[in-house]
Amino acid sequence: MLKTFKLGGVHPPENKLSADKEIQVLPLPKSVFIPVAQHIGAPATPTVKRGDEVKVGQVIAKSSSFVSTNIHSSVSGKVKKVDFSEDSSGYPKQGVFIDVAGDEWIDEIDRSEELAREFDIDGAEIIKKIQEAGIVGLGGATFPTHVKLVPPKGMKAEVLLINGVECEPYLTSDHRLMLEKADEILVGIQLLMKALNVEKAVIGIENNKPNAIQLLSEKTKNYKGILVQPLKVKYPQGGEKQLIKAVTGKEVPSGGLPIAVGAVVSNVGTAFAVYEAVQKNKPLFERVVTITGKGVSQPSNFKVRIGTSTSELVESAGGLPESTGKVISGGPMMGRAIASLEVPVTKGTSGILIMKEEESKRKDYIACIRCSRCVSVCPMGLEPYLLMTLSQKQIFDRAENDRVMDCIECGSCSYTCPSDRPLLDYIRFGKGKVGQIIRSKKK
Amino acid sequence: MSKLLIVSPSPHVHSDDSTQKIMYRVVLAMIPALAWSVFVFGLDALRVTIIAVLACLAFEFLIQKYLIKVKPTVTDGSALITGILLAFNVPSNIPWWIIVIGSLAAIGIGKLSFGGLGHNIFNPALVGRVFMLISFPVQMTSWPVNRQSGIDAVTSATPLGIIKEGISNGTPISEISQSLPSTFELFWGGIGGSLGEISAVLLVIGGLYMLYKKVITWHIPVSILATVGVIAGIFWMVNPAIYINPLYHILTGGLMLGAIFMATDMVSSPMNPKGQVIYGVGIGVITISIRLFGAYPEGISFAILIMNAVTPLINYYVKPVRFGGK
Amino acid sequence: MSITVIYTIATLSVIGTSAAVILFFVAQKFKVNEDPRIDQVEEVLPSANCGGCGFAGCRAFAEACVKNGELADLYCPVGGNETMNTVASILGLEAVKKDPRVAFIRCNGTCDHRPKTSHFDGATTCAIASSVYSGESDCQYGCLGYGDCYDACDFDAIDLREGMGVPLILDDKCVACGACVDACPKDLIELRKKFPKDRKVVVACRNEDKGGVARKACSTACIGCGKCQKECKFDAITIENNLAYIDSDKCKLCRKCPPVCPTNAILELNFPPRKIKKEEKEECNTAK
Repeated sequence: MLKTFKLGGVHPPENKLSADKEIQVLPLPKSVFIPVAQHIGAPATPTVKRGDEVKVGQVIAKSSSFVSTNIHSSVSGKVKKVDFSEDSSGYPKQGVFIDVAGDEWIDEIDRSEELAREFDIDGAEIIKKIQEAGIVGLGGATFPTHVKLVPPKGMKAEVLLINGVECEPYLTSDHRLMLEKADEILVGIQLLMKALNVEKAVIGIENNKPNAIQLLSEKTKNYKGILVQPLKVKYPQGGEKQLIKAVTGKEVPSGGLPIAVGAVVSNVGTAFAVYEAVQKNKPLFERVVTITGKGVSQPSNFKVRIGTSTSELVESAGGLPESTGKVISGGPMMGRAIASLEVPVTKGTSGILIMKEEESKRKDYIACIRCSRCVSVCPMGLEPYLLMTLSQKQIFDRAENDRVMDCIECGSCSYTCPSDRPLLDYIRFGKGKVGQIIRSKKK
Repeated sequence: MSKLLIVSPSPHVHSDDSTQKIMYRVVLAMIPALAWSVFVFGLDALRVTIIAVLACLAFEFLIQKYLIKVKPTVTDGSALITGILLAFNVPSNIPWWIIVIGSLAAIGIGKLSFGGLGHNIFNPALVGRVFMLISFPVQMTSWPVNRQSGIDAVTSATPLGIIKEGISNGTPISEISQSLPSTFELFWGGIGGSLGEISAVLLVIGGLYMLYKKVITWHIPVSILATVGVIAGIFWMVNPAIYINPLYHILTGGLMLGAIFMATDMVSSPMNPKGQVIYGVGIGVITISIRLFGAYPEGISFAILIMNAVTPLINYYVKPVRFGGK
Repeated sequence: MSITVIYTIATLSVIGTSAAVILFFVAQKFKVNEDPRIDQVEEVLPSANCGGCGFAGCRAFAEACVKNGELADLYCPVGGNETMNTVASILGLEAVKKDPRVAFIRCNGTCDHRPKTSHFDGATTCAIASSVYSGESDCQYGCLGYGDCYDACDFDAIDLREGMGVPLILDDKCVACGACVDACPKDLIELRKKFPKDRKVVVACRNEDKGGVARKACSTACIGCGKCQKECKFDAITIENNLAYIDSDKCKLCRKCPPVCPTNAILELNFPPRKIKKEEKEECNTAK
């Protein structure tokens, strides 16, 4: 019996064009732009200045508070400048520009490809290593992992959930990683289990990746306490709360954290990064990125150094098609459209999706016919039609009562609306405003 | 690059569903019942339908274009549905000008005065029907006899009308039912009545198609039919001498039509399953109350209109099941 | 027949009378004693209910005036000094005097000044567009042009100028309620001192980028060169974050600064034309 979450959900066409393309290493770029804010929390503080020589893996920006991470150089070369440039948020952000020269790594990194299975290290040290390596949630949320591994006082993690769902259409980076680095991921999971002091870990994988389910089920026999749970294909199963519900049947209370039901969720990519950080001393400076789209001549999966510009990635996948209308950093449901190809790959970039012009244009929206589909697909049990109206009319107290803050911005409502209404656009706006009001009340 | 990249908030994909498609699916679901009524009542039925549809489309276009001066939305299919539903609710021998007046009431008062598609509180077709029923009671309640029963162009009362009159004269049910069509006749449509209400089975087929295409959910029709069935059943069990059996109630009159096509109108029904069940039960209770105790033999249209008015209240108080409790 | 009529009239009369009696007693019981001056104050207020005073409406403002005991922090921008004086005389208090103000959009990045570098296709409000990215041009500070200010304005004082990219505030209708100031997500709108004949000299730019970057994004951007500051004899101009700002309370409308601006970022509006020819200046503000 396949498990899934109960409320709502949609099933957009999967379009996993690059599912059988092996991960290739992208050639080194000529220059990179590495933003200092690639995670949720305070931006890191740059520690290099113009003219400095840097090596691969060297810290170039230091974590500035507990909820923050280190940023490492992904290339070797000379710092051109520390300046502002646009990242996928659409706004100029501070970052380090480096001109690439050679490929010289810092000595601490173990560059061998051998699997390092055994470890003799205690939990606190694992967390410390993760923090130093600058690891964040690689599923796209980019929440610093070391923060997640330290539960708030009085709470105890019981189970570690590993997100191998990849419910976003088109994206295949996690899928490929599971197929090619299964053992490394499993060791990474064991490290995370040790850090959290839990006995049990469950890897949730959607049923559209039978080869990954099979391979990992086979391998987990050699790893104590790790299970694979096949899940029915349904978006947004990769959402933290939805995954917990699907696997454990527990619902995270409104406004609560997953730890409230004893769960910690991590992505397979994160598990792999943890393995590399702890066993190979390799900080997070590269990741797997899917480049795909219906017009792209070679949809592929690349291992990319952080800071590489989108245009380099696009070139390696056969160039930007003539028919391009939109370039999205991330998946089609939650990704951000970018305005320029100079936007760099960051820790949170799971894919670059190139959409054809005819796919990219929204239709003009018409009146709500109150078909209630948005209500039935909302995985959080909200009423998107109402929240949109309340946000539009700026009735924020009612929006708060109707739990606008619970919205996970999955986009199922906008996806499904037959009148093409921009439900999520307005709800996101309302959510922002209500958040501001709540914060100002607390003060 | 010469072309500018398009930027928009997520999501960047959209299901291929559209309001227009939903509307045309509803129209498709009504075709079997429409075809049957043409077969039964002849070209008259077609005449009524065409007049109603054309009048609805024309009023929608004219009022939007010249009176409220907005871009006409005739093509979205909603006026088409209103037209067909309006035709479903009248006898086939009704004069054309009554249909036109009814269409004006439906589109003008029922729909556009509230702001057009999506804003109307009441089901427009029902507003039209009730307007006609109250203004022209004679023409609206003299039905031609079903051609299947052999005699053409003679007016007769509907089964519910016969029961109502019989009971008020003190005739016991056993005697009345001799002049009534059998349950089976009701089911496949061998009775007299308005265009769309004569064949329960074809309406159910249309309903199943809409369920399959996810145009409607089961909550509203099932809760209406179940409520009517249960309440009628209780009365029947208490005193079968003056109350007819519940199956008869379910299959007669516009109940099927109302439960499947009118009450499920998206615009005027509640927005979540819990609310929809409350709405359905409310319609059922009011319908059966009117049928058993009211002056009219048939009550579904009033029941739906009353519950339409309650819908905003239901939407306000009845919230969907939230993730994370509370 | 006639008996029916009599009965009807009698019944109605009885119902009507008893209802009146009940209403009378209920009204007596629940009567709220309000200061009659609240009504008087409300009477002289403009009844625009715009919220420009910071209260929910004119009634709330009137209550505040009466209850507060002094008028130091209370000011109705719509009614201005005249209204406040009347209010003060009703209450026997002292009114504060304020210079009349008028809103101004500090951006002149119309389509011909600011090349488009992307195309926005979301819900067309400034708030949403600005949450997605910095805007359709390379200037991250400039006007988005979707008219959140236009929607916020209760006085029809904003001309959306469809197709131009930047709305225009109509000085004669603007009452300086400040609704648009709050509505603008880019924080472009400022309430400036209102000069006779609506004349003003103002830097129509908010771009804090370095000169080169700003200039590349918009041909009429302020590049923070400081020439205007040197020209100003009244210390009205400050330069901060590569951006010049003219304080309207210090500006004397001497018109020395606009000619020296290399990017025409300083606008002089509603002045008679200069004797010396200055054609390119004109085209920026003949939009009306």
